[in-house]
Amino acid sequence: MTQIDTPPRNAPDSSGPAVEMIDVNKWYGQFHVLRDINLTIRRGERIVICGPSGGGKSTLIRCINRLEEWQTGRVIVGGVELTGDLKRIDEVRRDTGMVFQHFNLFPHLTVMQNCTLAPIWVRKMPKREAEEIARHYLARVQIPEQADKYPNQLSGGQQQRVAIARALCMNPRIMLFDEPTSALDPEMVKEVLDTMVSLAGDGMTMVVVSHEMGFARQVADRMILMDAGQIVEARPPAEFFENPRHERTKQFLAQILR
Amino acid sequence: MSSAAPERSYVSPAPIAPRVRPRGAARWRTVLSRLFAGPLNIVVTLLSAAVLATLLWPTLRFLVWDAVWDGASRVDCLEEAVGRPIGACWPFIAARFDQFMYGFYPEFQRWRVNTVYWAGLLLLIPLLIPSAPFKRLNALGFFVVYPAFAYVMLVGGRFGLPFVETRVWGGMLITLVLTYVGIVASLPLAILLALGRRSNLPIISSMTIVFIEFWRGVPLITVLFFATYMLPFFLPGDWSIDALVRVLIGVTLFSAAYLAEVIRGGLQAIPRGQFEGAAALGLGYWKTMGLVVVPQALKHVIPGLVNSFIALFKDTTLVLIVSIFDLLGQIRSAFADPNWATPVTVLTGFAFAGIIYFVVSFAMSRYALFMERRLNTDIRL
Repeated sequence: MTQIDTPPRNAPDSSGPAVEMIDVNKWYGQFHVLRDINLTIRRGERIVICGPSGGGKSTLIRCINRLEEWQTGRVIVGGVELTGDLKRIDEVRRDTGMVFQHFNLFPHLTVMQNCTLAPIWVRKMPKREAEEIARHYLARVQIPEQADKYPNQLSGGQQQRVAIARALCMNPRIMLFDEPTSALDPEMVKEVLDTMVSLAGDGMTMVVVSHEMGFARQVADRMILMDAGQIVEARPPAEFFENPRHERTKQFLAQILR
Repeated sequence: MSSAAPERSYVSPAPIAPRVRPRGAARWRTVLSRLFAGPLNIVVTLLSAAVLATLLWPTLRFLVWDAVWDGASRVDCLEEAVGRPIGACWPFIAARFDQFMYGFYPEFQRWRVNTVYWAGLLLLIPLLIPSAPFKRLNALGFFVVYPAFAYVMLVGGRFGLPFVETRVWGGMLITLVLTYVGIVASLPLAILLALGRRSNLPIISSMTIVFIEFWRGVPLITVLFFATYMLPFFLPGDWSIDALVRVLIGVTLFSAAYLAEVIRGGLQAIPRGQFEGAAALGLGYWKTMGLVVVPQALKHVIPGLVNSFIALFKDTTLVLIVSIFDLLGQIRSAFADPNWATPVTVLTGFAFAGIIYFVVSFAMSRYALFMERRLNTDIRL
């Protein structure tokens, strides 16, 4: 079981950055959603992205596994450059876990089947092994007893933890969290954040879009503020919160840290 | 908190007890008390009872009480000869029953048809029972092995079985063959067409649209007519396809086009998050569709699919116009038999056909309802 927990395998380029985004630009029609994004994420680094809605946070994080396409610039994940090549895209997606705002669990499958689907069909893992790993991660997110239920029988917080376990079952190198707690009832936010904090403790590379500033202070290595498609400020949380450089950051923090 | 909070008018003061459905005798008491609650309800109840009685009474009289149950010829079913009003003439059905089941399939070879019927039932029944074991093997048997087995058994010409032309097939055999092939062959094709129509590749989507719109736009009768009488002119001289096979292909393509649109409706109901969830796990197009999207889409459209299946089961009767006699066709052709020419023969035949069609269609619909409830994983337990 311990070997499951060891962080990402010996990739050929294990020294390089986890993610590199170089001059990425994206438009939705006339609307310029991402402007000259340059961002390098080190292995094991934990980044929290915040900013006003419509600022491009989700779009940026969704470029990392190419759920969104961009028009100019390059995105390199774990040494693999994402292009139109479907094989490469699937290769990157296999090693990149994603947790969505609305969980996106498969409602026709049990919790266990949700967790073993991709290991069995994408990693070609034997069913028994996949189930063992799934049980391990379900125990880690504190819901081992729900394995045979269907997603809709669980609370929002439990569903989101299943979604995290499902992503972890693929043994990803990076975890992307796209507003993981914003669709949850307030009392369920904590259980999900606790799971994420514990994950951060294991040295997982994490990119989190979130407005949970307490969480950000606790785990982030770097805070990023995005507005109007640009990275306005990117600094360690202590400096970001205590001594923001940009006017826009000050405004934003003043609004959410009332 | 509830005790401290001031009482508000929009908050119910006491929790509402869950409605418990009474069972057994108590349930009937509830029903009866509602049927006769107040003058309006009494009038409506009595009126409905009267309408039911006027419809049911003559039906039952015709089918049961006035019906003739044994007899050897038309004489037993003639009012003048028997001296009482005559309902259904069941001996007519009994005399022609074999023909209704097998058409003109040679009498000494009919065991082959029976074997196919029984084998089908033996494979189908456990397949329909969710708790029965070996589902995968069973499905493989019913959808892959069974058609091959049925083909060899029914057509013959090998393994020492004499060859039987499809021209002599008829009755229930034709109805079942058309329905089975129509459903089993058209559903996978329909899934592919539905996916194709939603494809991002313009060539594939436009080709499937043309295909679907063509087959939906043409009446089934035209399809059958074309398949039977026109197609041979277009095929190279020595190329001949069995008439029944041509009809089967026509029916399959026709039904696939309809089913494809039903399934497309289901596909559209799948939220984008499901595609993204699957994509984020590294599932490619076919795995995303096959494991995540299509299973959910099919579940959404069970009522529509069953609707189409039932329609197909009954529409198979149209093959009559290309001289293939399904159950109804066979029954109608028996009306011409002078040995059974009585005023009630036609009514009896149609009553018999109606009962069989109803039983099968009703069974399909109830089973679908059962599956729909069973597959519903959206309910919180």
